Amino acid sequence: MQLLEPRDTPSRLMRWAAPVLAILLTLVSAAILFAALGKPPLQAFHVFFIEPLQTANGWSELALKASPLILIALGLALGFRARIYNIGAEGQLLVGAIFASGVAIHTDGMDAWWILPAMVLAGAIGGGLWGAIPAWLRTRFNASETLTTLMLTYVATYLLSWLVSGPWRDPGGTNFPQSILFSEAAMFAPLFEGLRINTSVFLTLVAVPLFWLFVAKSFLAFQLAVGGEAPAAARYAGFSASRTVWLSLVISGVTAGIAGAAEAAGPVGQLTLSLSPGYGFAAIIVAWVGRLHPVGIVLAGLLLALIYLGGESAQIAMQLPAAISWLFQGMLLFFLLGADAFVDHRLRRRRVRNPQTEAV
Amino acid sequence: MSSPSSPPPRLSLLNITKRYPGVVANAEVSLSVMPGEIHAVLGENGAGKSTLMKIIYGAVHADEGEILCNGRQVHIANPAAARQLGIGMVFQHFQLFETLTVVENIALALEGKFDLRALAGRVREVSARYGLPLDPERLVHSLSVGERQRVEIVRCLLQNPQLLILDEPTSVLTPQAVRTLFETLRKLASEGVSILYISHKLHEIQDLCDRATVMRGGRVTGETDPRQESAASLARMMIGRELPVCESRPYAGEVSPVLEVRGLNYRNPDPFSSSLHDISFTVHAGEVLGIAGISGNGQAELLAALSGEHVSAADAVRIAGQSVGNLHAGRRRDLGLAFVPEERLGRGAVPGMALAQNYQLTAHRQPGLSRYGLLDSARALESATHCIERFDVRCNGAQAPARSLSGGNLQKFIVGREVLQTPRVMIVAQPTWGVDVGAAAFLRQTLIDVARSGVAVLVISEELEELFEICDSIAVLAGGQLSAPVPREQTDAEQIGLLMAGTRQQAA
Repeated sequence: MQLLEPRDTPSRLMRWAAPVLAILLTLVSAAILFAALGKPPLQAFHVFFIEPLQTANGWSELALKASPLILIALGLALGFRARIYNIGAEGQLLVGAIFASGVAIHTDGMDAWWILPAMVLAGAIGGGLWGAIPAWLRTRFNASETLTTLMLTYVATYLLSWLVSGPWRDPGGTNFPQSILFSEAAMFAPLFEGLRINTSVFLTLVAVPLFWLFVAKSFLAFQLAVGGEAPAAARYAGFSASRTVWLSLVISGVTAGIAGAAEAAGPVGQLTLSLSPGYGFAAIIVAWVGRLHPVGIVLAGLLLALIYLGGESAQIAMQLPAAISWLFQGMLLFFLLGADAFVDHRLRRRRVRNPQTEAV
Repeated sequence: MSSPSSPPPRLSLLNITKRYPGVVANAEVSLSVMPGEIHAVLGENGAGKSTLMKIIYGAVHADEGEILCNGRQVHIANPAAARQLGIGMVFQHFQLFETLTVVENIALALEGKFDLRALAGRVREVSARYGLPLDPERLVHSLSVGERQRVEIVRCLLQNPQLLILDEPTSVLTPQAVRTLFETLRKLASEGVSILYISHKLHEIQDLCDRATVMRGGRVTGETDPRQESAASLARMMIGRELPVCESRPYAGEVSPVLEVRGLNYRNPDPFSSSLHDISFTVHAGEVLGIAGISGNGQAELLAALSGEHVSAADAVRIAGQSVGNLHAGRRRDLGLAFVPEERLGRGAVPGMALAQNYQLTAHRQPGLSRYGLLDSARALESATHCIERFDVRCNGAQAPARSLSGGNLQKFIVGREVLQTPRVMIVAQPTWGVDVGAAAFLRQTLIDVARSGVAVLVISEELEELFEICDSIAVLAGGQLSAPVPREQTDAEQIGLLMAGTRQQAA
């Protein structure tokens, strides 16, 4: 039996209230969880959300983590608007990082201005390429991009694993699966002495208004939105469905690839197995919580970054397991999808049974 | 003349009132139907007919008023309760599951156990008996609008109803099929079945019905014997003024072929749908060519091939001498093609987007609306507002989402949008399907005026009357083949109807 029936016109206000509601529900559930673990909830929240932001380093880390999340989520949001569900940004990020690292490794010892731009470009190409494969599979064989993008993430992980334990392993290292440390010319410069935040955040700062302009004004984004909301109308107007697929997947691949390049050339400084703490997956949550809107995505990116930081400080201060950040992310997405279900649908009211017998 | 021995009315409605936020759909409506009576409910779209019928069928609940069935007061809580009271309804908007077969859809509406094979046999029998040919094993998604309606009618007939409600049932039938349906309805009436017949077609009601209740703006404006009335007096009761008539003046400009179709073939990969066989015709500037026929005979395929949603051989379709058969929809629009599709919401317009954005859907190629790949939304708002004013679209301004408009107003907007592209060729499918009389007359007049301004207009419609009102020549598409166009003066509904049905039977 169906419990939900669709609403005629979902409320715009509720659409935006849903993420706030999801955050509140996540906090309530987290409080219960902390209490069950024997940690006072208020203290836990303090450790989770306040302590990380009490130092300059904390703010630096927040921006450092929010930057790739926002950048990737912007690209994903574009595809999500067209109902192209790329959930393999993690793989595109890794391939972007691999391509960028390739440039860094092969130019090691050189000191030229173009190395860093070439790395960003290589990252964009790598990520775009990794997004293009599912686009080709979808347009040529009608293979679901949801599956292929996820599967290609595993391929990317193994590709990375092979490279850092084989051809690109640091010959001077102690057999660790990692590349050489990049030279200064292959790194984003730190913004402040002693803090990890670096110039790569400017990539995100430029991407946000560009994305806003693209979504609000561009004919291409309009075509993507029409294709997502009413595919028959897109065909009617002569908008190409396969172009929608290619654009969505390649652009989100490019942004993820750039984020990967920025990770390798930024805080990490080399190619390693633990290059990304799941930014590609967390960015999916950022895009949804941010309602596929640039401002929302920035706020949601900061929130998810804070959850990463809070998880770290909770590990240290309260001996909570590292999985706590993942748990927060999962709950947030779960509650958001639940809230969205009620924005689009309402509970079906129970009908009276056999009413005409009373009348006849 | 009611005497003590006469039976009570099959159905009586007493002072039914139904309010929706901001609108009263039914205000103190009373109506009664005797056993074996064919009773018309006449009114424009939006007059409250459909709401009233949904109340009788239990799909909507009245705020005030009483319903009496065979003299006893009843509360009809839901359609299942209505069916148990012997009330059957054929909806204007079909209530079918596309992924199920005809017989499975019918089985869903039946109570109790059923044997699909035996039921399929009954479907064949009933559909043949009432002249509604139907293959019970076909999947509904492969059926045309006309065929889907047959499923609805047959589904009701299988339940042996005491009262049958039909909501605009003839809009998709040939004149011959309408006659057969009327015979069926008369036969049912003579067997004691009461029939509520909802329509805005005056001559049908005069032809078929014993009594008529006329509604306007949610109220009853008259109850009468339609045979005693003239079409004009019924129209006055229905729309409160004279029935609008289209004016067709001769075309004075240069007559040149604009849309030429030569030997167009399309083999449909879906074996249940129509293919196109060697379609050829020409539409000249200043001319309206009508293509009659029941949907499912290649209409959708022909439209897709003309609009560019399906491509074909380059020379099969030409616009102003240029081969476009191999070009996609967008390129053909660049060359001056405009198209109004049958499905307004979801195809002709994006439901959740504002009218201003929907205006851009096809108008983006207009100068000023897009530059350097960016859309000018202020200009779009302006243009859409102009379209709304010029084509008398009733809505909450250009920011209103497309889904908030009634069918007729959305159609006016889409037609307006396409006309304002100053096209060379305009293709329109089912221009007035489900549109009220006033809007329909406006749309028809618009199409004539557009043609007379030098545009080649092609209209594909199931409504013969409409084609005879606006077209200069009429051809028939049946079984994927197109008959030679005949000037309107040299043919009549009878002849066109035979072409529609004749070829169909050969093909089937």
